Amino acid sequence: MSDQTLPLSIQDLTVAWHRRPVIWDVEFEVSPGRLVGIVGPNGAGKSTLLKAVMDLVPKASGRVEIFGRPWRESRQRVGYVPQRESVDWDFPVSVLDVVTMGLYGRIGWFGRVRRVHREAARRALEQVGIGELADRQISQLSGGQQQRTFLARALVQEADLYLMDEPFAAVDAATEQAIVGILRSMRAAGRTAVVIHHDLHTVPDYFDSVVLLNMRVVAEGPTHEVFTRENLERTYGGRLTLLEEATEALRRREQRL
Amino acid sequence: MSGFWQVADFLVSVVADFRPLAPGVAGSFRDRLSSLLLFEHYNTRVVVLGAMLLGLASGLVGCFTLLRRRALVGDALSHATLPGVGLAFLLAPLAGYDGGNRLVLLAGAAVSGTAGALAILFIRSLPRLKEDAALGIVLSVFFGAGVALLTVVQQSSAGRAAGLDRYIFGQAASMTADDARLIAVTAALAALLIACNFRSLTLLCFDEGYAAAQGYSIPLLDLLVMFLVVLITMIGLQAVGLILMIALLVIPAAAARFWTNRLWVMLLISGLIGGLSGFLGAMLSAVFADLPSGAVIVLTCSLLFFLSLLLGRERGVLVRSLRRRELSAAIDREHLLRGIWELRESAVEFSGAVVERRAAGFEELLSLRSWSISRLRAQIRRASAEGLVWLNSEGAIELTRRGVMEAERLVHHHRLWELYLITHADVAASRVDREADAIEHVLEPELIARLEQLLLQRQRSGEIPASPHEMGGFQSQVGSVASPEGHQS
Repeated sequence: MSDQTLPLSIQDLTVAWHRRPVIWDVEFEVSPGRLVGIVGPNGAGKSTLLKAVMDLVPKASGRVEIFGRPWRESRQRVGYVPQRESVDWDFPVSVLDVVTMGLYGRIGWFGRVRRVHREAARRALEQVGIGELADRQISQLSGGQQQRTFLARALVQEADLYLMDEPFAAVDAATEQAIVGILRSMRAAGRTAVVIHHDLHTVPDYFDSVVLLNMRVVAEGPTHEVFTRENLERTYGGRLTLLEEATEALRRREQRL
Repeated sequence: MSGFWQVADFLVSVVADFRPLAPGVAGSFRDRLSSLLLFEHYNTRVVVLGAMLLGLASGLVGCFTLLRRRALVGDALSHATLPGVGLAFLLAPLAGYDGGNRLVLLAGAAVSGTAGALAILFIRSLPRLKEDAALGIVLSVFFGAGVALLTVVQQSSAGRAAGLDRYIFGQAASMTADDARLIAVTAALAALLIACNFRSLTLLCFDEGYAAAQGYSIPLLDLLVMFLVVLITMIGLQAVGLILMIALLVIPAAAARFWTNRLWVMLLISGLIGGLSGFLGAMLSAVFADLPSGAVIVLTCSLLFFLSLLLGRERGVLVRSLRRRELSAAIDREHLLRGIWELRESAVEFSGAVVERRAAGFEELLSLRSWSISRLRAQIRRASAEGLVWLNSEGAIELTRRGVMEAERLVHHHRLWELYLITHADVAASRVDREADAIEHVLEPELIARLEQLLLQRQRSGEIPASPHEMGGFQSQVGSVASPEGHQS
């Protein structure tokens, strides 16, 4: 397989918030048809990494390619599932409205939401197991149902690479199983998913490969090789004293300027 | 654009040329009122129409600033229009225009409002400065500059004649047909911009991150929202004034939120409430000639807001308190039925032999929970009106046949849930009653079915499981107190 078809390749990526580094020198590649977990402690820059892939936060340096092209050119092939808490679930829209948002790119600026689109959205809702909730107002959803709604919105896009930010956070067991089932059927269809995950117990079960992240990539590769006690200790345990001190000093100097 | 002008002309002329049948003589207050209600005066018609269209457009635009949680952007931007008015007046003669020309002044307002929007975006992008700081800075600096410029303008006689200060508080009565036409065109433009960008704006307000991931430019969309606000402020300066413009941008949208959970319905209702406040407010300030139009329009608007807050169909205070009362009545009823049922059950357990107990005494029920005497009485009254319980000749409470069926269903749910809490959620048996209480009232049928599936290796479906904990409270009473209604065979 040539490099051109890699769903995601990240080289030398550094992101800084107002000159304060959040992730340093991240580099890894994702092969097609794999489920990749991104694991690391709070504040390790996991969400930032996903956002940087999609140019949602400015990169200080580095290059990201999606199917061999910059994000802007292949963004139609990327499905994004943001964190559930990032939106106001009291917003005056229905579940179906939210899922239809996944089709806005295809509908275009001046196009209209047609029956085809609504039916595609309903199918996606069936797929995540909440087809009967299509016409509910979103404030009536439980946490798991909210997460499934977001997942359906990404599914309806029929993307080839999915980026998911903590889809398993605070969901019920049934929802977790539903999401896992969907991830596996995605993989069976040759799609790729990069998923931020916080529950270490389930990592070997859910993911083919992992990226252990704590500001920089501690280790990455096939789960059975990389997901070891030693690597986890390096990711979570040993505080990154030097790196942390350096960035802290940098930040203080910035503030004084 | 010429199309707009034609439509606007048509609208204005239809209203303006309307001739009432009854002849009226201006004079007494009653005559003034009747002549107003019949729109006899051309000028009144123009003012009322203009104020109504203004309210309608600001109701539409306000929905998006409100949902974007940037309602105060409207305040900053309306204040930011003031220096533009002053500058336009001073600079227009240099370009060969008349400084008193309203179009020139309003164009100046739009330009400095847009500059304010850009300034907000810029300040927000700076490190360590947040939205509130950006709004505060833009509002005060622009308004300060505007007041200074206006003071300069007022020193010339031409400046005094132009009466720029009326843009601060607004004066609807000074509106001409040209002004109304401009309002009509601008309102139509705002509505068109919203219609074309409806989906993008929805996405921006609901989920900024996803919008960006879909390739939408967030700063551009924010700029669009702010541009809409500037347009509305520009046409609102004359009737409402810049200080009160924020009211028309926030209140109709906030009021509409009480009525619906659908975005496009919210837009319609918000436009309606804005239009109605403009209409009524302009009418009122025409009847009571001393009242300032801007203030009256805003007060009318807030009256509509309070009505919505009380009566709104989705989230109004009245609807919500009704719902709450319904729920708490339903919960009380469930407690009552379950209490009687469990008392019956405990009597059988206690005497071991074939003692059947049908009724529950009031005191026994009272000791079951922490309900007050009057609350329990009311509940018993309600339940007997619903045919679930009846009072026997001794004054004790018995379940009717329907009551027994309903009670069995409730106890079944309650026990299932208790079992679940103990076996699957690690809740201590002594606490489980209270925990189950809080949740069982909201259990949905499909959840009950799943609970049964989960727990009924031990239990057959429909059969009522025994209580997993000591039946507290009344147990001792049943034994020691020989209650008259307790032991009848």
